[in-house]
Amino acid sequence: MTIDIKTLKVEPRRQTYANIARRFGVDKPASRYEEATLDIQATANFHYKPLWGADHWHFDEGRTAVVMRDWYALRDPRQYYYATYNIARANQYQTTERNFEFVEKRALLALMEPAWRDTVEFYLLPLRHAEWAANMNGADMCDRGYGTAVTAPCLFAGVDHLAMAQIIGRIGLALDGNTGTSLERARERWMTAPEWQEIRRLAEDTLVIGDWFEQFVAQNLCIDGVLYPLVYGRFDAEGQRAGGAGVSMLTEFMSDWSAENARWADAVIKGAAAESPENRALISGWFATWSRRAADAWRPLAMRVLGEAAGAAAADEASGALTARARKLGLDV
Amino acid sequence: MNAIGKLGLKQRYALLTRGLDWEPSYQPRDKVFPYAAFEGIKVHDWSKWEDPFRLTMDAYWKFQAEKERKLYAVLDSFAQNNGQLGLTDARYVNAIKLFLTGVSPLEYQAHRGFAHTGRHLPGIGPRIAAQMQSLDELRHVQTQVHTISHYNKFFDGFHDWQHMHDRVWYLSVPKSFFDDARTGGPFEFMIAIGFSFEYVLTNLLFVPFMSGAAYNGDLATVTFGFSAQSDESRHMTLGIEVIKFLLEQDPDNLPIVQKWVDKWFWRGHRVLGLVAMMMDYMLPRKIMSWREAWDIYFTEAGGSLFEDLARYGLRPPRYADVATAEAEHISHQNWAIFYQYTHAAAFHTWLPSDEEMDWLSEKYPNTFDKYYRPRLEMWREMEKEGKRFYNNGLPQLCTTCQIPMGYTEPGDPGTICFRTSEFRGETYHFCSDGCKDIFDDEPEKFAQSWLPVHQIFQGNCGGASVEDVLRWYRMNLGADNMDQAGSPDQRQWDAWMEARRRVAG
Amino acid sequence: MPRIVSITLQNTDTARPIIEAITTDNPGAVVHDYPGIVKIDREGSLIIRRASVEERIGRDWDPQELHLSVVSMAGNVDEDDDYFSLAWSH
Repeated sequence: MTIDIKTLKVEPRRQTYANIARRFGVDKPASRYEEATLDIQATANFHYKPLWGADHWHFDEGRTAVVMRDWYALRDPRQYYYATYNIARANQYQTTERNFEFVEKRALLALMEPAWRDTVEFYLLPLRHAEWAANMNGADMCDRGYGTAVTAPCLFAGVDHLAMAQIIGRIGLALDGNTGTSLERARERWMTAPEWQEIRRLAEDTLVIGDWFEQFVAQNLCIDGVLYPLVYGRFDAEGQRAGGAGVSMLTEFMSDWSAENARWADAVIKGAAAESPENRALISGWFATWSRRAADAWRPLAMRVLGEAAGAAAADEASGALTARARKLGLDV
Repeated sequence: MNAIGKLGLKQRYALLTRGLDWEPSYQPRDKVFPYAAFEGIKVHDWSKWEDPFRLTMDAYWKFQAEKERKLYAVLDSFAQNNGQLGLTDARYVNAIKLFLTGVSPLEYQAHRGFAHTGRHLPGIGPRIAAQMQSLDELRHVQTQVHTISHYNKFFDGFHDWQHMHDRVWYLSVPKSFFDDARTGGPFEFMIAIGFSFEYVLTNLLFVPFMSGAAYNGDLATVTFGFSAQSDESRHMTLGIEVIKFLLEQDPDNLPIVQKWVDKWFWRGHRVLGLVAMMMDYMLPRKIMSWREAWDIYFTEAGGSLFEDLARYGLRPPRYADVATAEAEHISHQNWAIFYQYTHAAAFHTWLPSDEEMDWLSEKYPNTFDKYYRPRLEMWREMEKEGKRFYNNGLPQLCTTCQIPMGYTEPGDPGTICFRTSEFRGETYHFCSDGCKDIFDDEPEKFAQSWLPVHQIFQGNCGGASVEDVLRWYRMNLGADNMDQAGSPDQRQWDAWMEARRRVAG
Repeated sequence: MPRIVSITLQNTDTARPIIEAITTDNPGAVVHDYPGIVKIDREGSLIIRRASVEERIGRDWDPQELHLSVVSMAGNVDEDDDYFSLAWSH
């Protein structure tokens, strides 16, 4: 049966779900981000304490020392929900895919000077293991965090890190003719090369951080805040003089991603720090510890890639930029 | 540069993904994976794990983005064209109410639960698969909220779904089910949700129900339902890989896994009783009976599955025969409970029409006319006399499944089934041997149950009167609850249909 | 008891060539139509071949595209570049 809806009076009886209307103070249309994010995690009347940790409920605000009146105050400025997130990443990756085709077709990686090619193998390929630690931390924060506004983007960031680990793997395969030997070498370096050991120690230490918001500060602000500017900024710029344009194309995803992800991480940290002096003090303390560790961990690798003096300066510069960023977020630094 | 050889899917996936893991040395392994041992599961070699699907993140994004583009195009068009007018009948919407308040929050719990196993399973293959499932489950809850957002604008009972899920008596049935899984260790969670629910039972939730949606003109629900199912088949495959892997790794895993299979089959069977009722009583145009769905998706599909798993010594779940026998009864018994407590539910109830009763007689030749039709006809007579039957007492609940004690003895549909256990000087009550066994195996856990009726009597639910409690549930009285006939939903629907007739002339 | 493997696909334009490929390549497969979906059962095993689907749609087809159409399945999965299969072990 066809219906002429123009002649039918079909008036909505409400505009959105009641929890959203209560937040707005008025019943008005809500965005898809709001309806699919706000208050969708259970908050009360849980049945059983976890067998794996009876000191908390499985959803529990107490897994961090940070205290929020409303965890949904920490919204994602990108307003990602599953669909918008996936579509954004699928589009972004299309560019990456095209770049791989372009680089492979024109054999752009072969244009690199041999010494720089070895350097790229040394600094870029083992990084995929650090990305894998970041992936686990993303899943961990999603697991232990509180409130969908924060926890959903934590998982998004986690699987983004997996994707970036896989892009690095693809670069390795492009370099070694699909044999996987470069990736084997990279793993060996990750496990034993002195320049990588403090980075690996840092990664392993973040896997066991007890407070998930501390883990958030360590991973999303401090580690990402040193790693991306150094590797995809300074190291990449160094490669331009040695025919490294192909590598820049293949890692464009990472540069774009870190700028985008930082907007979210900054919003969360800024919001939590602004909530109370106690939060600010806690987060500032975590920042002091982990930003120093990140800069120290990356310094030896920077020195190996850029030369001793320039490398040390680049690590200091990254650390300085990170401190300035933290200050803008309201942290005491 | 070397010549570029082509890599097969399996090899490529192994290089790009499986190779990412390493053995930590700056932190002890048992600190990195603190929950890997306490359940007693022994895994000797994680590298033996077979990846069921080999999706790299870029492939995941590509396929999922395409699904989402299609799905949201349908949702937009459904909303713009007032798709709710194409439903077979307003009664149908009540099934969707039960879905949003009872099932969608479970999708959310699955999302967080798979994030947990996606971090804590010590093998990289299952960890990544669990993370992708975690993402998928977030997709499911979010697409459901978006689909049903349109219904919420026009019908009652949807408006406070998460608040209700945390409080309302019958919603503690699905909530406690998932709380139970979430609070188990990572391996139990994978068997509970990944295997027992996803592989053995989820078809019973989605396939018949979504076909029912298609049959009742609900284009939006059928679209999200089938779109979600396309992820579900990935999840089912993860579930079966997990169970095979655990059974292959060590013979000592068998009794543990068997216990979980028994427990989670029965837990799932109890929760799905709500779906049985949706299929047999709530769909205006019926697709198949619960009994038929059970035969196809449990007896037949489950039969092949457990025959396959028998080589590891695993037997079909305990009480599968009882559950199969109950398939003749459960939808009728559940609908009767909700009919009696319609004043305390956030969806409407009704008595089946003559045609519907005949359909039930045909589908349930052994039980419907004998046990259930007479009661429905009696209630119909009472309605005619203006004495619509309400049960004004509060029901005793089963401590394990939390369903009111309305089920009957196996083989004796005239007698209510009661079981009890003593624990720390208290008596606990159960609806069945299955629920009693589960309690007896983990009494410390189930003694904690937040039982809605106990909580009401203890004064934790807004007050002493039924009305106080319903207000605490944030139920809009006289709109969300009571019979379909005379409800604002029905009045509005009648007005739409009347206007449509006028337009058609 | 027969060991039935099964795959259920959405009844859409995208899935129809796949359904056709399955029924051609798997003698004895039984097709059930339900509203919105098609369930295909076969005793023992069932295979979807890349080449058979490509023949029908006239373009490259990656077996992973199955993810867009599948609704449910029963059996152990094996997935590779050129095929997707379901089987119970014997």
